[in-house]
Amino acid sequence: MVLLKSILFPALAVGGLALLFGLLLAVASRVFAVKTNERLEKIRACLPGSNCGGCGYAGCDALAAAIHQGNAPCNACAGVSDENVRIIADLLGTTASKTTPRRAFVQCAGTNENATKKYDYTGIDDCSAAVRLYGGAKECAYSCTGLGSCVKRCKNNALSIKNGVAFVDPSLCNGCGACISSCPKNLIVLLPRSSKYAVACSSCDKGAVTKSQCKAGCVGCRICEKCCPEGAIRVENGLAVIDQEKCTGCGLCPNKCPRSIIVPV
Amino acid sequence: MILDILAIFLSVALVDNYVFSQTLGICPFLGVSSKPSTALGMGLAVTFVMTMSNAVTRLVFDLLLKGRFEYLQTVVFILIIASLVQLIEMMLKKLLPSLYGALGIYLPLITTNCAVLGAATNALGDQRASANILFSSFYGFSAAIGFTIAILIFAGVRARIDEESVPEPFRGTPITLIGAGITALVFNGLLAGIKF
Repeated sequence: MVLLKSILFPALAVGGLALLFGLLLAVASRVFAVKTNERLEKIRACLPGSNCGGCGYAGCDALAAAIHQGNAPCNACAGVSDENVRIIADLLGTTASKTTPRRAFVQCAGTNENATKKYDYTGIDDCSAAVRLYGGAKECAYSCTGLGSCVKRCKNNALSIKNGVAFVDPSLCNGCGACISSCPKNLIVLLPRSSKYAVACSSCDKGAVTKSQCKAGCVGCRICEKCCPEGAIRVENGLAVIDQEKCTGCGLCPNKCPRSIIVPV
Repeated sequence: MILDILAIFLSVALVDNYVFSQTLGICPFLGVSSKPSTALGMGLAVTFVMTMSNAVTRLVFDLLLKGRFEYLQTVVFILIIASLVQLIEMMLKKLLPSLYGALGIYLPLITTNCAVLGAATNALGDQRASANILFSSFYGFSAAIGFTIAILIFAGVRARIDEESVPEPFRGTPITLIGAGITALVFNGLLAGIKF
């Protein structure tokens, strides 16, 4: 009897109240249902829903509203497939310009083995904090700190730290570009998905300096520039840059590069 | 009667202000006080919910809990407040879309606002407010007016801070918290020691 009074009755009271409120809310949601815009919901359904923020809006809902009102182009989200962009364009009665699917790429190969260190960093686990302390723990001013501010930013788990350098998994990356602004050293770029090769270095230092700081970095020797039959690769400010539109992916430059810094992506 | 009403209002809204002297509802106080217009919106939403929730919690307390399972008070009150906020949100969306547009984003924030639960609980213990359900509801209304006053004052303070060149280590949250502390000191210094 005591058991009944002290456990069952209170449980029934709270449970009953909860049930009552639940039913009330269920009825209310029917009674007070508001017709939302069907087109808006369809647009929202085409967006990925990861709320990555790469488009510059507060989330996928906000972007859908902006597209619906005509404030954003229907291909404003990098993570939407061409097919879905076409569906959105059809809903709005416009035509979508063709998009190039892109992916992020970290332009650094300064792994723990390759890059020499200035000091051991034991501070706050954040790239910007580390960069404020003499530009990070590695000698090279253009190196990845390996603390993973970009990893924390990415909503698709596409980034990870491998051996002290951030690495993008192209199968998970949707090319939203949210990680780009998280890197205090601007090492991350968006490459067209059709790219075959990329330069995994951002160092604009002179060749001798780069050589003393990192076993991998681009020294600006211009061998790649001379060997490229398409004229797609140029050395600017001591750093090789590939023009992905001209590059045919013939594979000559990665073989010729003495530092093996041109890598397949 | 009139004196009781006045006493409830002055003591809850000013002397025992929920934000400045009871440190309840600090989360929206800091979160939504960056602009006076949004602060006012939040204040109105809290006023609306607190007045309603105090009436409903009191009703349920009298009918169900009193003398039986008073120890369930907190759980049941949270349940009531959460459902009530949901219900109000739905009703506003349908019946008063313009008000919903103004309060809409603040309403869900109130679901977990400790000041609402605090007002519901304190109203039961208050000598004057516990008299009947109308007084309870008025207690919630007064507490929310106090909250609105506090958040509006603080929004003004923050608008001033935004124009100043704050030393870098203090920028953002630190100066906001320091400002909140000083504002509370000033507010309490003005009214401390008054008893109703």
